[in-house]
Amino acid sequence: MTVAAEPRDIDTQELLVAIGGVGPAPTRTVVAYGFWIFLLSDIIMFSGLFAAYAVLSGNTAGGPTGRELFDLRTLFIETACLLFSSYTCGLAALSGEHQRSDRFYVFAALTFVLGAAFMFIEISEFVHMVGKGAGPSRSAFLSAFFTLVGMHGAHVSTGLLWLIYMAAQVLAKGLSPVVLRRFLCFSLFWHALDIIWVGVFTMVYLMGVD
Amino acid sequence: MFGRLTWDAIPFHEPIPLITSVVVILIVVLVLGTIVIKGWVPYLWSEWVTSVDHKRIGVMYVVLGLIMLLRGFSDAIMMRSQQAIAVGGAQGYLPPEHYDQIFSAHGTIMIFFVAMPLVVGLMNFVVPLQLGVRDVAFPVLNSVSFWLTASAVLLINLSLFIGNFARTGWMNYPPLSELAFSPDVGVDYYLWSLQISGVGTLLAGINMVTTILKLRAPGMTYFRMPVFCWTALCSNMLIVAAFPILTATFVMLLLDRYLGMHFFTNDGGGSQMMYVNLFWAWGHPEVYILVLPAFGVYSEVIATFSGKALFGYRSMVLATLGICVLSFMVWLHHFFTMGAGANVNAFFGIMSMIIAVPTGVKIFNWLFTMFHGRIIFTVPVLWTIGFMVTFVIGGMTGVLLAVPPVDFVVHNTVFLVAHFHNVIIGGVLFGAMAAYNYWFPKAMGFTLHEGWGKASFWCWFFGFYLAFMPLYLLGLMGMPRRLQHVTEPEWQPLLLAAEAGALLIFAGILCQIMQLYVSIRDREKRRDLTGDPWDARTLEWATTSPPPAYNFAVMPQVGARDAFWEMKQAGQPAAAPEYEPIEMPRNSATGFITAFFAVTFGFAAIWHIWWLAILGLLAVAIIMMAFGWVEDRETEISAGQLARMERARPNPESAS
Repeated sequence: MTVAAEPRDIDTQELLVAIGGVGPAPTRTVVAYGFWIFLLSDIIMFSGLFAAYAVLSGNTAGGPTGRELFDLRTLFIETACLLFSSYTCGLAALSGEHQRSDRFYVFAALTFVLGAAFMFIEISEFVHMVGKGAGPSRSAFLSAFFTLVGMHGAHVSTGLLWLIYMAAQVLAKGLSPVVLRRFLCFSLFWHALDIIWVGVFTMVYLMGVD
Repeated sequence: MFGRLTWDAIPFHEPIPLITSVVVILIVVLVLGTIVIKGWVPYLWSEWVTSVDHKRIGVMYVVLGLIMLLRGFSDAIMMRSQQAIAVGGAQGYLPPEHYDQIFSAHGTIMIFFVAMPLVVGLMNFVVPLQLGVRDVAFPVLNSVSFWLTASAVLLINLSLFIGNFARTGWMNYPPLSELAFSPDVGVDYYLWSLQISGVGTLLAGINMVTTILKLRAPGMTYFRMPVFCWTALCSNMLIVAAFPILTATFVMLLLDRYLGMHFFTNDGGGSQMMYVNLFWAWGHPEVYILVLPAFGVYSEVIATFSGKALFGYRSMVLATLGICVLSFMVWLHHFFTMGAGANVNAFFGIMSMIIAVPTGVKIFNWLFTMFHGRIIFTVPVLWTIGFMVTFVIGGMTGVLLAVPPVDFVVHNTVFLVAHFHNVIIGGVLFGAMAAYNYWFPKAMGFTLHEGWGKASFWCWFFGFYLAFMPLYLLGLMGMPRRLQHVTEPEWQPLLLAAEAGALLIFAGILCQIMQLYVSIRDREKRRDLTGDPWDARTLEWATTSPPPAYNFAVMPQVGARDAFWEMKQAGQPAAAPEYEPIEMPRNSATGFITAFFAVTFGFAAIWHIWWLAILGLLAVAIIMMAFGWVEDRETEISAGQLARMERARPNPESAS
């Protein structure tokens, strides 16, 4: 079919943006972009651990298997905590952008409580497993399990400390553009941990009890 | 209190490490003493150690790489001498225990602490200048990256004096690298120093990708970027995509060694083959991380000294991007003999041959750039032409090795050793040397001596062929790599030839030291007052040599590819520039202090001094938090100040 080419005015500025010739980007863009690239690299680090888990998940060396160890009911609560904390984190970020510091504190506190609940469940699961003799040195499967899940947990714990630190910055400096930019990085980090957890949940737990 | 660290860790009973240690310590004390006595400490502290200027950091990277080249080369010449002597009844002068550490240290140092710092340093120095901007995206992070690399260098060299180094080869394959077979600190030195430098490299990669994609002068569209910037972009994207794999792999090996896990152990269901796969999933892209920027250097050098625009710019960019993607699809060719099966081997063999195609495209582009050009045979051009000849040979042996049945025959022989030295020396090192000679005047403000430079090139060039062509032959005869003792007397003549080649390369290194000495001595005569000693094409030559801290008083407006060349053709603007105030990042000791505690942590972890390790980590966390709190990291240079500073600088226009 033939369609007559529609004459279209291309704004010069628009064209320059499209081919990347408008000069250095503003700081907020640069920082968020750089942090995104860092997160991508972090996800690649996780992909190495995922690959290891995929290779080793069957190598139980006569020890317990995932089906014997995982309890999907607690896991559901754990997952709900983390996913919901992402939502409250988003609300905290929005409150910050709207300069509503009261709401910001509330949502940041909710995020912290949900994240801490996630960590509590995860650590109890770990303690329970080690108590049953299913610690990380029992088999290659358990080494890979504890490393992958534990690495995610270490990230969440770092995130919790970072959240306290960010709340302290808001307390000391208010919701200034610089503080908001830093909180933007934090929320990117927090959401990325969700994405990784979806992978962990699916690959380790759902496929593990199958 | 001190974990595994006792007086036995000092090699009192081994003369070679002991004497080396004493000599190195004496040199370090002498250098530091001179610095203190001459009162250079405040200057070094404020102008270099705490500098966040990308140019200073780039220069420090290159200096670090060149110093470590001497260390890596002394390992090389020790190995060549051992193999040349220890034939038949003779045992040579290096016991196996020591020889194994030397070949492991040689590979590790040459890849991570020579090639990487040279390449990262060049990108750091050149890329912001070529993009027409004032610094990288995250200047303080840049300083942290450098100092982490430097702390890893310190750590790996400590293994010479305290304890020992890995005896596993530079790839550190398990199960040999597991606790059961390497119970001492050697492997831990390897792992911790590479983890620390890995973090530094990753941060440098993130910084550079952000810089290239988000900070370019107005008008500098993607397809106007110099080819070196494109290769730097691809190289750094590979850093971001590949280094985390190495980090994850080493985390697993560390967990095996420290917490008794079973990722790669013989028992408990571990898989050694997984280590090999993961290692090379990083390792093959690493090859291109190193060589792509070198390709960029050759592109700049050959266009400048042929007096022509680069032939096939777009195909060059596409070839670079193609290599960038394909580099993740060939890793298995490093271990065809593992037994992955014929179909898998065939796939990776074919992919390995395909990746040679874009490289071939580049070679033709360089040749066509030279065609009908007015080539000036300067030192960088000699290195470039030397590269083209050498790299083609190395590439052809690479395609040969990409054929799995051939690989089965020569696997683990010195044929392979000859091949990768052929591409790494001929590709990366020649590129680094071309770049060093090409950009030295920009960095230091005076040119390097041509005569000594040419002498060093010819020594290196012939030395390389003499050292490595015999290894191809020996490999075909079946000589395995890493032999501490050679049983076949008929191999000795070729090994002696290789030794002679190593000595010729040594002569090349001495010529380079002389070149530097003579150039510094005559620097007043060799000053580059024009800012553009080579009549070059890209923006780094539009400012003075050396450039001011802010690179460009007025950010250039880019109107074309080869922006500076176009500006020169159009003539200089007549009107006086209108200065605007600019923001410059302040100096920061964050990088240096982080590195100090990174070394503390690494050393403590290696020797199981847990309280110190925790202290080191805590200190790093506190530094990060302190840095994350500060807001006022920049100073403003007002328009008036800028105008005064510009008038005080040598003016390129009036000099030319």
